[in-house]
Amino acid sequence: MADRTLPIHGALDLTPPREHESTLLETLHSWVVTVDHKKLGLMYMMMAIFFLLVGGVEAICIRIQLAVPNNHFLSPQVFNRFFTMHGTTMVFLTGIPLIFGFANYMVPLQVGARDMAFPRMNAFSFWVTLFGGLLLYYSFLGGSGLYGMGNAPDVTWWAYAPLTARAFSPGHATDYWALALIVTGIGTLGAAINVIATVLCMRCKGMTLMRMPLFTWLMLVDSGLLLVTITPLTAAQVMLVIDRYLGGHFFDTQAGGSAMVWMHFFWIFGHPEVYVLVFPAFAIASEVIPVFSRKAIFGYPAMVAASVGIAFVSLGVWAHHMFTVGMASVSNTFFVLSTMLVGIPTGIKIFNWLATMWGGKIRFQVPMLFCTAFLFQFLAAGLTGIMLSVAPWDWQLHNSYFVIAHFHYILVGAIVFNTFAGIYYWFPKATGRMMNQTLGKWHFWLFLIGFHVTFDTMHFVGFEGMPRWIYTYPADRGWGQLNLVVSIGGIIQGIAVLIFAYNLISSLFVGKVAGNDPWDAWTLEWSTSSPPPDYNFATDPVVRSRRPLWDLKHPEDPDWKYEA
Amino acid sequence: MSAIPLTPQAAPGTVDEHPWHLPYRGRIGMYCLIIGESTIFTIFVVAYIFYIGKSLYGPTPQQVLEVPIFNSICLLSSSVTIWLAERNLERRKMSFFALWWGLTILLGLVFLVGTGLEWHKLIYEDGLTISTNLFGTTFYSLVGLHATHVIFGLLGLSLVLIFTLTGKVKEEHAPKIEVLALYWHFVDAIWVVVFTVVYIIGR
Repeated sequence: MADRTLPIHGALDLTPPREHESTLLETLHSWVVTVDHKKLGLMYMMMAIFFLLVGGVEAICIRIQLAVPNNHFLSPQVFNRFFTMHGTTMVFLTGIPLIFGFANYMVPLQVGARDMAFPRMNAFSFWVTLFGGLLLYYSFLGGSGLYGMGNAPDVTWWAYAPLTARAFSPGHATDYWALALIVTGIGTLGAAINVIATVLCMRCKGMTLMRMPLFTWLMLVDSGLLLVTITPLTAAQVMLVIDRYLGGHFFDTQAGGSAMVWMHFFWIFGHPEVYVLVFPAFAIASEVIPVFSRKAIFGYPAMVAASVGIAFVSLGVWAHHMFTVGMASVSNTFFVLSTMLVGIPTGIKIFNWLATMWGGKIRFQVPMLFCTAFLFQFLAAGLTGIMLSVAPWDWQLHNSYFVIAHFHYILVGAIVFNTFAGIYYWFPKATGRMMNQTLGKWHFWLFLIGFHVTFDTMHFVGFEGMPRWIYTYPADRGWGQLNLVVSIGGIIQGIAVLIFAYNLISSLFVGKVAGNDPWDAWTLEWSTSSPPPDYNFATDPVVRSRRPLWDLKHPEDPDWKYEA
Repeated sequence: MSAIPLTPQAAPGTVDEHPWHLPYRGRIGMYCLIIGESTIFTIFVVAYIFYIGKSLYGPTPQQVLEVPIFNSICLLSSSVTIWLAERNLERRKMSFFALWWGLTILLGLVFLVGTGLEWHKLIYEDGLTISTNLFGTTFYSLVGLHATHVIFGLLGLSLVLIFTLTGKVKEEHAPKIEVLALYWHFVDAIWVVVFTVVYIIGR
């Protein structure tokens, strides 16, 4: 294979390393004080996977509770806490750390930089995010405070006013929720600033914006979107804290305040957030699909334009979460149309990925399997999204399990699937060892089956009128069988994730040694050793095209001859 | 470090010969922070505008608010003095730099004291606190958010002044000082918005 040229001559410092055995304590210390983007990236990933498991356990408990009618597996109070914590955890402690896990590790390598633009702020952002997460979970222990009421947030992940007012949420559970999200929000803002500054200011020679890998492009757009997305949430949370602690009236209807204002502020954050979370999935697909189809990405400029387009349009669609609160019909119409508009750039992306695969020499290894499933599931999720964007349809199905099925199709079917793809794809780079492909295929097929058993069925439960957030339901509603199927699918997914976790840990020790470029890929991160040395590249790389490694491996037919 | 150039096939003409300039990371980082902060202010400003006249009981802005003209002039002119300070730093006139920089801090402090006096009057004479009515809630949070930014700006400016007076600031630090000045300009520009919304539209 092309490995004979890699790591590229000169990408590595040939000075023999100093012999040094470090003790466990020293190793631990080096991880705590590190400002290295690769270690921080891995810590973000570990945090995300840890909270994915925690949030997953909460989901499984919710599903066991709902599996049969009149169940009492959880108490109603615990049920409320679990679905609140499940949503909050998955969005803020899994989804966002995943973005920065991938971005931290890959962006500096892909743009040929030594580190992020602000390494110390990078470490600060990580630790603030982590401690925000711990603060949220500490509420299970410390939330009751002096009042003895409620020991974890139970106001749903969007926490509509006036449920969050002192009168209806006594105790400190809601305060933990608000403060934890302010704290993680600071970390997110710092990390987003860092990614943007890295991409704009740290690129190696020749890496013009239109030669950047699409992964880096999407991370740039994603971070830009986060700048204006996470901050409204921070502002709204500050208002909530003012209301709860200083006796303010922002959301206090009895003093002239408005509960609608919270809804608007929350969804001004909340809807773009969905795109923020899905961009890493796009980013991973844009790397994995070309490499495993053995073709350059189709329509690179269109992909960039579509990403920027989605980011812009996503800022103007938030109130489609609020069709049922009774807005003016002009507002409804505006948000129906703007929501449908998102389908256009998204469609461009899907067609470009398909066109990349078309006529390619596709290798269905584990990362590609996940990305292929992603394409179908993301399409289906987009179609139910168009259905829900029609206001009258939404009036019928709002807050039913149809909506739950729709957004889990995105969150699991697109984001989680491509996260797995990205982990299988870059694990060799980060650890120097391959993940076990047989276990990977077991993981993929079980997860695929479990996913469809759960979330396909959930659409039908929604059609039959089952609302979200209900603790249990009577047997004569006829929801029992479908709910049982949904829960069984959840358990299949759980088993698949356990296989993944086992694969992840065992491959770390016994995986096949990967070499520097196991997938015969084209972006700069594969030009250095696996795992990359602290300094990434001994000399600054120089690139001339979008696929610098293709140019090196094929000097007789380099890309830069064809790129304008 | 014994390393070989990364482009082994670097024959003449295969590498772009254009000079490679990238923006300064501190500047880009500050622009990003300003975008994020602007969004926070936007949310508070929108809340303020939305709640104008919606308080169910007094006092109202018309009854108690006085337009802080002197204060505003101080804060806005501090943008000019900080610009003069930067120019003097570029020309290596360190004592003039320290003078203008110190004056900027002084003007910022005057603004803060003015805000403090205004709040003192509102709280003790007019009985308006953050929990009195919607006007109080939105007023103190918006103006307070801005004042918080002034305080953080002043802390940063004061650090630079201390380093200047101990002779640590050199001409090569100009780009970093420019980043701090950018933040200060942002704080001033936001005051124009807050002033317009609170003291002109809302009154």
